[in-house]
Amino acid sequence: MSSETVIRVEGVGKQYVLGQTQLGAEGLRHAMQHLATAPLRFIRRRARVGSRRGVTPSTERIDSARSDSRGDIFDALKDVTFDVSRGEVVGIVGPNGAGKSTLLKILSRITEPTVGRIGLKGRVASLLEVGTGFHPELTGRENIYLNGSILGMSKNEISSKFDEIVGFAEVERFLNTPVKRYSSGMYVRLAFAVAAHLQPEILVVDEVLAVGDAAFQKKCLGKMGDVAKEGRTILFVSHNMAAVQALCDRAILLRSGKLIYDGPTAEVTQRYLHSVMSVGEVPLELRKDRTGDGSVRITGMKVESLDADKVLRSTSRLKITVHYRSDTVLRFPKFEVGIYDYTKDSGIYLLDSDAAGALPEELPAEGHVTCVTDAFNITVGRCNTYVSVYKGGALADCVAPAMTFDVAVGDIHGSGKQASREWFVGLLKHEWSGNSD
Amino acid sequence: MNHSNTVDGRVSARGLPTPEMSPGAAEFDFWIEAGRTEKHYWRDLWRFRELFFVLAWRDIAVRYKQTVAGAAWAIVQPLLSMIIMTVIFGKVAGLPSVGTAPYAVMVFAAILPWQFFSNALSSASQSLVGNANLISKVYFPRMIVPTSSVVVSFIDFLVCGVILLVLMASYRFWPTWHMLLLPLLVIWAILAALGPGLIITALMVRYRDFRFLVPFIVQFGLYVSPVAYSSQIVREKFGDTWFLVYSLNPMVGVIDGFRWAILGGSADLFMPGIALSLLLTIVLFVGSIMHFRKTERAFADVI
Repeated sequence: MSSETVIRVEGVGKQYVLGQTQLGAEGLRHAMQHLATAPLRFIRRRARVGSRRGVTPSTERIDSARSDSRGDIFDALKDVTFDVSRGEVVGIVGPNGAGKSTLLKILSRITEPTVGRIGLKGRVASLLEVGTGFHPELTGRENIYLNGSILGMSKNEISSKFDEIVGFAEVERFLNTPVKRYSSGMYVRLAFAVAAHLQPEILVVDEVLAVGDAAFQKKCLGKMGDVAKEGRTILFVSHNMAAVQALCDRAILLRSGKLIYDGPTAEVTQRYLHSVMSVGEVPLELRKDRTGDGSVRITGMKVESLDADKVLRSTSRLKITVHYRSDTVLRFPKFEVGIYDYTKDSGIYLLDSDAAGALPEELPAEGHVTCVTDAFNITVGRCNTYVSVYKGGALADCVAPAMTFDVAVGDIHGSGKQASREWFVGLLKHEWSGNSD
Repeated sequence: MNHSNTVDGRVSARGLPTPEMSPGAAEFDFWIEAGRTEKHYWRDLWRFRELFFVLAWRDIAVRYKQTVAGAAWAIVQPLLSMIIMTVIFGKVAGLPSVGTAPYAVMVFAAILPWQFFSNALSSASQSLVGNANLISKVYFPRMIVPTSSVVVSFIDFLVCGVILLVLMASYRFWPTWHMLLLPLLVIWAILAALGPGLIITALMVRYRDFRFLVPFIVQFGLYVSPVAYSSQIVREKFGDTWFLVYSLNPMVGVIDGFRWAILGGSADLFMPGIALSLLLTIVLFVGSIMHFRKTERAFADVI
């Protein structure tokens, strides 16, 4: 019964012309010329319509393609096809630049696909950002109406849900205060509360759970779950794999604009984590799932083996490099790298620069720190990491999980035998002796 | 439950989409496709009418927040312009008024539409770029943004209209039946402002150059439109042929019309000039809507 298809995406692609924004001094001239010749083109086109119907649009297209020929073509989305049934909650995951947001923008009609088409059944509401259109000078009450209408609610709808929205956001006392005086937490709560009370048949949500504190995020997740239970269809983009797993039965993995995998969430998140993090050096600059006050940004991380052949083995010594960038010099910096088991999420080692005590009191605004360990002696398998930086005791930036790496066999006893990661993480070199006398 | 069943069924169906499983095109309410959006455009525009009023209300509500004088600012500017123009052009330069009308009333009858035109043009031109966050995050017919931005200027216009009545009463200058045609002239003024406004705001999405052009148009326009002086002077000095060229400026027709309606029998109209101004207004307005419709699909990509 629930197999009725409400969204059908058929071979959708979206191309952007790069370098379009660098028009420079040509901008106005080009526009003027275009404008000035518009009547002429119009007359010409009309003149042709009678004799050669259908030829005209293609000539037009070539015209516009030529004028944009300064840039390269970039495929933000390429031949994406999938169906969604009524009541399904589908997660869309993928690394940055995979095309997730472009897909949602096309679904919510903000931008058009270049090729392909999408069939929709029912009213679509999109939530690509919380608090779209909020005006800082207006009061909380006024912004509820403003934001609600922008999201497609009618005035009556908003009025009937007004108390519910206010209650959800917990801002009763500040309803008549301009939102510019709100704390960022209140602002986000109010913004999400309005959005959470949208009642479309299809809800398209982008990364909105990345805001607010943990308690509120949980509340939002609960609310989204309720919406799903009411039989509404939800498409949900997030970098937060826990949220995707909690909400969605099914997920779609995108990479470089292409649909890589479409299936059960557990499988997709597994593949996603693997695809983002299993490289030697990982750029972290664009990751959105980070915490801290943002005064320092961790831009990359690298885990290497100090073995001559660079293979990372159980017995290897590790060299970990963390790249960072900040506006000012780092005073009293502290870097931390946590290494934990990939499947069980249990901590193995904490590499803490304060505990080791070798970092200077001041580091340049941009650079890297390196940490070299002793032989790290853990069993064969995959490890996960997080990385964080503190400035004078305050958390400046933290990316978790940051990257994964695999540990290959390192035979510490020369016997070829080793415990399995399934049961044990640590490897301890040891000797046995018997009472032979 | 059958939850897991549906998932399994879908996984297998995804690899090979069997035709009998896929519903036909008719089963969907709406298809998103390149070039397809325009089909329901006017219906959508109507459906989003509430947003039009909400955005207009927002602009009005925000306008005088955190100001002391508040809405008085809507009056101060035109009133001061009127005084200065009356003193300089009426008294110092000694230019004639229209018929028996006091110079101040004649000037204010033109400031009314001119102020509306310049404010509406400026705000409409800035509107899309100013609402970039909406354009790139939500769908609605984009034309709502520039058209609703004109409402603020319209409110100012109404306020100034009341001032004009007070001014006329103080000069004991009474309106005639011509006043009844004022609503039509107001519509003309709105079209005259929206025409260039829609074109410029759409172009500004791509070319920010127009941000610098608009203040220039407004400043320059004040001199080439008969605001501080009567258009009759131009006609007497340069003759009918050149007056027709002068009438290519749509605001010449609008202002002359306003003077005719407000000053009553004292002003006479040069019909060919009016017709030319009106024609140009309509051509600009229709052309701007066509241009807007053609470009608006790419707004979110380039803004």
